[in-house]
Amino acid sequence: MQRLIAAAFLTASLGAFAADGDINVVIENHKFMPDRIEIPAGKKVKLVIDNKDATAEEFESHDLKIEKVIPAKSKGTVFVGPLKPGEYKFVGEFNEKTAKGVIVAK
Amino acid sequence: MFGTALVVFREVLEAALIVGIIGAATRGIPGRSRWIAGGIAAGIVGSMLVAGGAEFISKLAEGMGQELFNASILGLAVVMLAWHNIWMSSHGRELAANAKKIGGAVREGAAELSVLLIVIAVAVLREGSETVLFLYGIAASPENSAVLMAAGGAIGLVGGILVGWLMFAGLLRIPLKWFFSATSVLVLLLAAGMAAQAARFLIQADFLPSLANPLWDTSWLVDNGSILGKALQGLLGYDAQPSGMQIVFFVTVLVVIALGMWWAGRRTEPSATSASPA
Repeated sequence: MQRLIAAAFLTASLGAFAADGDINVVIENHKFMPDRIEIPAGKKVKLVIDNKDATAEEFESHDLKIEKVIPAKSKGTVFVGPLKPGEYKFVGEFNEKTAKGVIVAK
Repeated sequence: MFGTALVVFREVLEAALIVGIIGAATRGIPGRSRWIAGGIAAGIVGSMLVAGGAEFISKLAEGMGQELFNASILGLAVVMLAWHNIWMSSHGRELAANAKKIGGAVREGAAELSVLLIVIAVAVLREGSETVLFLYGIAASPENSAVLMAAGGAIGLVGGILVGWLMFAGLLRIPLKWFFSATSVLVLLLAAGMAAQAARFLIQADFLPSLANPLWDTSWLVDNGSILGKALQGLLGYDAQPSGMQIVFFVTVLVVIALGMWWAGRRTEPSATSASPA
C-alpha cells in the first residue's frame, strides 16, 4: 500500500516516472504526453498508452520493436525492456509529424 | 498529401509483394486468377471488419488481443505456405512440364489455390486494417483536405500495387527450368519471415521470452523504417535488431519446410515416372 502511494506520488510529481508502477502516456491532439519518458535501465516496465483522440493511433518503435494500434478513445498496454541505457525513439505512425517521443533508459 | 501516400505505400507494399510472389508461384494452375482476386477481396472485407473491431480485439486477452490476433493469422499463413511448398515440390514438375495435361491434379489444384487464397487474404488483411484505420483518421480530422488526402491514398495504393506487379512480372521472366525452384525459395523465406514476425508479436505480448534482444543490429545498413527495410520485412521478415527467439522461429520453420519439400520431392520422383502414364 505504502508502495502504491509512493508510486502514485512519484507519478504525480515526476509526470511519467514511477519505479514500481505502470507508466502512463497520453495521446492527445496526435501528440504524446509526456514525449520524454525516463525508465530504469535493465528493467521491464509496463507502458499504458491512453489515446484520448477520436481516431486510432499506431504506437511504433523500431528501436523497441513495438508495433501496436491504439484504437480511438481507448488504452493499450506495451511492455518495454529490459533496456540497456540509452535513448529509444517512438512515433505514432498515423501522425508521424506530431506524434513523436523518446524513452530514456538510465 | 505525400505523407499520406507514403504511409499507404508502406502498408500496401508488403501485401502487394506477397500477392506478386503467390501470383507467380501458382503459374500453370487453372483458375488461379479467380482465387487470387477472391483472396484480395476477402482481405479487403476482412480489413474493414478488423479495423471496425479494433477496440474489441485490443481488449481481448487482457489487452494483448491484437498481438495474439496478429501472431495467429501469421501462424496460419505460415502453415498454408508450408503446405503450398510441399505440394509444389511433388506437383511443380508436372505443372512445368505440361500445364494443360495435369487432368487429375486440377482438383488438387483447387485445394492448393484455396490454401493460397487464405495466405493472400491474411496478407491483405494485416496491412489493410492498418491502412483503413489510418485513412479513417485522416478523413475524420477537419484540418485535412479530403481531396488531397484521397489523392495521396490513391497514389500510395497504386505505387504499392505497381511494385507487387513488378515482382510478379519479374518472376515470370525466370526461365521455366529454374522457375519453380526460385518461387519455392521465395515462398520458403516468406514463411520463415512470417514465423519470425509472429514471434515478435508473441514477445511483444510477453508470451515468449526474447532470448537476447537484440541479437545483432544492422539498422546502420537497412533500417526497418525505410522503404527497403519494409520490403525486406515483407519478403523475409527482415528485422534490423532481431531477438534470439525470432531467429529460432525463422530457422525452425525454414528447416521444417525444407525437409518436408525434400521428403515430398523424393517420394514422388519415382512414382511420377512409373505410375502416371495418363
